[in-house]
Amino acid sequence: MTPMTKQSPRAGVAFDPAWRSLLECAAIEVFQMMAGAQLSLEANPPAEPGGEVTAMVGLAGALCGMVTLRCSRPASATFASKMLGGDAASNPSMARDAMGELCNMVAGNFKAKISSLADYCMLSVPTVIFGEDYAFTPMHPHDEITLCLNFDGEPIWVMLVAHS
Amino acid sequence: MRKLKVLIVDDSSVMRKIIERSLRQAGLDLTEVLEASNGAEGLAAVQTGLDMIFSDINMPVMDGLEFLKNLASVDAAKGVPVVMITTEGSEARVVEALSAGAKGYLRKPFTPEQVKERVAPLLGV
Repeated sequence: MTPMTKQSPRAGVAFDPAWRSLLECAAIEVFQMMAGAQLSLEANPPAEPGGEVTAMVGLAGALCGMVTLRCSRPASATFASKMLGGDAASNPSMARDAMGELCNMVAGNFKAKISSLADYCMLSVPTVIFGEDYAFTPMHPHDEITLCLNFDGEPIWVMLVAHS
Repeated sequence: MRKLKVLIVDDSSVMRKIIERSLRQAGLDLTEVLEASNGAEGLAAVQTGLDMIFSDINMPVMDGLEFLKNLASVDAAKGVPVVMITTEGSEARVVEALSAGAKGYLRKPFTPEQVKERVAPLLGV
């Protein structure tokens, strides 16, 4: 995990809509390599993101914003089990921490694919929220990419919010 | 196969478990796995007989690079290969770690096969 304290400042990197495919690729790689879970882009996503478990990692430096990962509780338990072994699925704190780590790795893998961000954008320690009844409202002008991936019929939401 | 004793230093308990699991999935025969949640705890956990040390780079209290530098003065760590593990794509930090004495690095995400590829030559297994 990465405290936001270390790199020298650099001019901000402008949001690029082409990051969508990089974010998709970053997420699919992380789930495949770390959880042995095959995700694909959902052809018919629900109108709004949902799921009781949301992990968030902040971005600071050349790109400021946030990466979030959201899914159902059963899906998060499945990922924990795949990453840590069978008993992790019945341990809520392990499922929580696994989601945080997955989000951290998606954010890290995403920025590693963009040379202008790799050395100049830092990640925060992950935060995990349980519950669906919340509104996500960035306070600054921003761009965002929202991806709905499919894992065994379950939607897995990945979002990048980039402050302008 | 040689039996191995390793130290894993990472502030995430989940990541420590993932690293241990990946090492076992890579076919390494771990007899003892010591854990520490930051570099300072890692220095205190170093003991004789270690075959390898894995360390995250970004950690609170004492980060992986500071840990690596301090490790040089710990007798029990002499000759023990250190592999750095990071989520960052930062070349600069990897180069810094290798310059400070790390023998290799793994960038998350990784597969057990990649772990084996990086670790086996350092262990001679």
